[in-house]
Order: sequence, then structure tokens, then C-alpha cells
Amino acid sequence: MNITHAVDGKFGPYGGQFVPETLMPALAELESAYAAAIADPEFMAEFEHLLKTYVGRESPLTFARRLTDHLGGAKIYLKREDLNHSGAHKINNALGQALLAKRMGKTRIVAETGAGQHGVGTATACALLGLDAIIYMGTVDIARQQPNVYRMKLLGAEVRPVESGSKTLKDAINEAIRDWVTNVETTHYLLGSVLGPHPYPTIVRDFQAVIGREARRQILDAEGRLPDTLIACVGGGSNAIGLFQAFLDDENVAMIGVEAGGLGIESGKHAARFADPDRARLGVLHGTRSFVLQTADGQIMETHSVSAGLDYPSVGPQHALLRDVERAGYTFATDDEALEAFHLLSRLEGIIPALESAHAVAEAIKRAPKMSKNDIIIVNLSGRGDKDLDTVIKLTADSH
Amino acid sequence: MTLKTIETTFSRGTAFMPYIPLGYPTPEASLDAVRAVVATGADMVELGVPFSDPLADGPTIQAATQRALENGVTVEKCLQMAAQLRAEGISVPFLLMGYLNPFLAFGLENLVEAAAKIKIDGFIIPDLPPEEAGEMDALCRKHDLALVYFLAPTSTPERISLVAEKARGFIYLVSLTGVTGARNRLSDTLPQFVARVRAATDTPLAVGFGIGDGAQARQVAHFADGVIVGSALVKRMAESTAAVHALAEEIAESVHSL
Ligand SMILES: Cc1ncc(COP(=O)(O)O)c(C=O)c1O
Repeated sequence: MNITHAVDGKFGPYGGQFVPETLMPALAELESAYAAAIADPEFMAEFEHLLKTYVGRESPLTFARRLTDHLGGAKIYLKREDLNHSGAHKINNALGQALLAKRMGKTRIVAETGAGQHGVGTATACALLGLDAIIYMGTVDIARQQPNVYRMKLLGAEVRPVESGSKTLKDAINEAIRDWVTNVETTHYLLGSVLGPHPYPTIVRDFQAVIGREARRQILDAEGRLPDTLIACVGGGSNAIGLFQAFLDDENVAMIGVEAGGLGIESGKHAARFADPDRARLGVLHGTRSFVLQTADGQIMETHSVSAGLDYPSVGPQHALLRDVERAGYTFATDDEALEAFHLLSRLEGIIPALESAHAVAEAIKRAPKMSKNDIIIVNLSGRGDKDLDTVIKLTADSH
Repeated sequence: MTLKTIETTFSRGTAFMPYIPLGYPTPEASLDAVRAVVATGADMVELGVPFSDPLADGPTIQAATQRALENGVTVEKCLQMAAQLRAEGISVPFLLMGYLNPFLAFGLENLVEAAAKIKIDGFIIPDLPPEEAGEMDALCRKHDLALVYFLAPTSTPERISLVAEKARGFIYLVSLTGVTGARNRLSDTLPQFVARVRAATDTPLAVGFGIGDGAQARQVAHFADGVIVGSALVKRMAESTAAVHALAEEIAESVHSL
């Protein structure tokens, strides 16, 4: 079983291309354009140049000394994707795909966004490269991520509110796909996570894999050895696979993906696809076969998470395979645990994490005290928390 | 009632093929709509199975299937409704049209078996291109049911050959690059698109997406073997069965008068 790369568009039994016929030629075109682009040294040089001079890569690997001392166990390092231009790892992929779209002669970009970070990343990349950006966003998410809505508009993107279904990320993806189906000749769909039909899970993963390549080098520099455990939150799974990919062959490096436990698994109000076998079964959503939170009748369930970026009923196909073969483990953090981690990291390290990333921090908080002081954890701090201040202020006020 | 029935239907002339979302606006009203279109001379009926995330559909069908879900319609219920129509003696071919996930949840093997038993003639699954259809294709062949594939204006010559080779029953040609929904006018390039596919296959070609009235249906009937009408009828379903009947009659006459 090849866990590193898709074979015929699939990761083991997961993935594939379950899309309307209108899009099949576009996927084929994307696949060959992508293969040509990454084989072209000029394209890769431009991408790397922008990652360095525009995004500000490489992002630091910060030793979280006070958090480590506080927990009294493993050494915790933070991979600082929050320091990227536009505030999250999402820009890595947005920039890569925008460059690819431009190379393909597309002038118009559509994207979905949940937390707004991918929308901001896309709007940023489009502003930089002179492309039109149309961002679909559920009205529930618009309400809870206002700063990012303003940011996208400032960057010249058009934000289209989505009122259908649960009015969150999955519905924004539906609308983005409908737009793409209609305008496929001129438009590239800039999908924001390792989801959707092949080749998206591969393209997004490759553009995010810079995270793990840097982290691997950085930890070897800092500690002279590889880490014991990697921890990342998993919405669709792009920041997690971005960190994991470079370590897949390092057998002694454990990998933990953290899903959104919402109000708890029993409540049914969560987005923990791997933790709830009663509700999450093998299915097909948005063009890919993976685990999907669904009713007994195969209708997609509405998910819940305090973090908009994790609030999605399915998960990237490569993660499903990594879990099957036990190369990575998956767990969850509840809303409350994520909020606690949000506050703790802010106070102890002076770093306000995105609520998504706070889920990964929450797992480190659980895990580090049980590990030895010589052990090393790398937590992917996928984004910064500025966008979440409204949500957190409101929740903190409610609880007083 | 099988693939053969579908083939025979096309051999009799251009077919009028309405799409009726089961369960909208109520289960009983949707059955009335099927009865109405059959009474006007529909040659085949696509029975829509609702899904929460219909990504190939425009606002009209989205809203209708959403309502069907709210009315508690499931794959199981759709099968029961089809069985009821059969029990009443309605014999035109039925195709179940729906997205893959609810069918997967029901179990493809169970589904195809149950469908064959109640004399449903085939399936149309917009998010199941031939590349991914291996299991469903084998099951449908085993029970001699049709599994209908799509071609779109964007389809390349290679994809046209692929679908031509796999097609059984008919090929569903998407008239435009877009989602379902009635449009003011047909695409100018539709005749050329149909001709391109025609050159590659003898399988009947049914055209759908965007056809809204008798005049458009007549235009399409000039070069297609089947005329599929969805959203325009669905809009009438919101009004009354009589409104469905009136539009279906207009379209049936246009299609059959050729
Ligand atoms: C900061 C941040 N982290 C994580 C995610 C989750 O996405 P993924 O699992 O693809 O990394 C998001 C999504 O919006 C995000 O904004």
C-alpha cells in the first residue's frame, strides 16, 4: 500500500473522482498542468521565491519553554505557520494554486472558506497575481469570522454568502463547485484543503509539504534528532499532512491528527469523523471517498465546532489511509479543551493561536505530561487567533 | 422491464423524459405529478431521490429535494413510492436519479436488487462517472438495468469514446456547461455537441438541463432522441398538479409532433 502518493487517483480505497461529467475534463487538465508545472524549474523557483519574499518563509520552529515547564513532560516545539503573511498555513497552497491557475491561462478563481483563512489566503494570492477572486462562505461562518470577511473584501475579493444547508464550509464547497461547473472554461477552483476529487488532495498536500520539510530540518538543527511526536489539527487535513508528509518514512516519529470534538462525541455535535463510527461511515462527499459524518440514510450531517476551519463532515483521503495502516493516529479535542488551550498558550507563550490550531495544542497539553523530558513534540501552529477574538470574547463572557 | 424496455421506448420515436423529485412538495403530490406526466404521454420518468448536498443542481431542484428530505423521504421511501406507481399499472420506464452517497448508505447491491424487483429500469447518478462506476456497473449488468452516464459540452473526444463504449440504455447529454435549472434560451452550440456525440455512437442521446417549455423541447427534439425536463416542471409542482399537467402536455405535444 502506497501511503505517500496517490495511485490512480486513490489512497488505498479512498479518494477518486466522484464528480459530474462536466468537471472530469477540467480535472484531467488540472492534473497534467500540475505535473508540467512541478517539473518546470522556473515554476518551482517562482513559487519558492514568493514563499520566501512574500509569505516570509521559512516559518520559525519555536521552543515553547514556559508551556513545556508548565506541563512538566516532553519538550514542545511550535511550527509557526501563524507567522506566515495572512496568518495561516493556507497561504502556501493558495499561492501555489494561484500560480498554477495563472499558468493554465485562467483569469478567475473561486474558492470556499470556513474560518476565512483560506479565503484570505486566496484573496491575497489573487491580489498579488492579478486574478479575480470569488469566495463562497456560509452565512454562519460569515457571522463568526467577521474580521476575515473584511480582510477578503479589502483585498479585492468578492465574498458570496451561502444560505443553503448548514450554511457552513460544506455548503460553501457546494456553491464553489456549482460556480466551477458553470464557468469551468475561465475559472480555476482553488480548493483549500486535501479534499475533493483527485488531483486536489495531492496538489494541496504538495504545496503544504514545505511545512514538514522545514520542520524536519529545523528540529535536526535545534536538537540534533527527529521529534517523537507530531501533532496537528485536522479539518480537511492540509496543515496536518503538510507537517506529516516529510516524516512518513521516519518510522519512529509518531503522528497525531486532532479533530474537532465539539460538544463531545455522544452529543453528535462535533466534526470528529474518526471518533464516531456510528455516525461517520465510508461515503462520498465533494468528489472523494472517505469517512463522512452522515445519517443512516446517507444524508450529510451538520457538524459543530467552535472553530469554523474544522467544521466539516469529511476528511482527506490520505488521512483515512494513514489511519487504516496505523501510520498516524487520530484523536479529538472538544470546544472547551480547545478554548482552554487557546488561553493557556496566549498567557504562557505570548502566542494567540487560531482556534483550529488550539485543538492541536490541547492534545499536546494532554500528552506532554505523560512523556519523558527528553521527548520532543512538534505542534503545528497552523494559524493565528486574531480572527477568533470575537468568538472567544463572546464565549468567555457567556461563561461568566 | 429492463434495459430492453428503455431501448424499445427510444425505437418508437423521440422520448419525453420528465424528472420528478419524489417527496416534493409532499410525497403524495409528487406521485400525482408522476401520474400527471404519464397521462400526458411521458415516455420515461426520472424519479429524483433527494440528497442533502446536490452539487450539480441549481436553486430550483436544490430547494425541492431539500423539502423532500424535510418530508422524511429516504431511498427506501423512494423505492416504496416507485412500487406503488407500478402497482397502479404505470408501465413507462422508471429511472432512479440521485447522488451516490445515499445509494452507498443503502448498499449498492441491496439497491439494485430492490430496484429490479419493483421493475425500476435503471439509474442516473450524476456524481458517478464511468471511471468510478465499476461496482454499480457490474450490479446493473447482472440485473439487466441501465446505468446512465453523462456527457457534457466540455467532454473531450476521449471521454466521448469512453462513455460511448460503456453506455447502456441512453447517454445523458448535459445541454450546457452548468448546473440544472430552466434557462431563457438553449446553447447555440448544442446541435454541434449532439452531432459530435452522434458521430461516436448509436446509443440514443437524451438532452437535459435548461429545457423549460414546448418551444425549446421542440428545438431539442429535432436532433435528440430524448428530451429531459426537470426544473421547469419542478416549478409547476410548487403550484399544483394541474400546472404540472399543463406544462407536461405542452412539452409532450412538441416532442411527439415531430
Ligand atoms: C488556522 C487553520 N488551521 C487549520 C485549518 C483546518 O484546515 P486543514 O485541516 O486543511 O489544515 C484551518 C481551516 O480553515 C485554519 O484556518
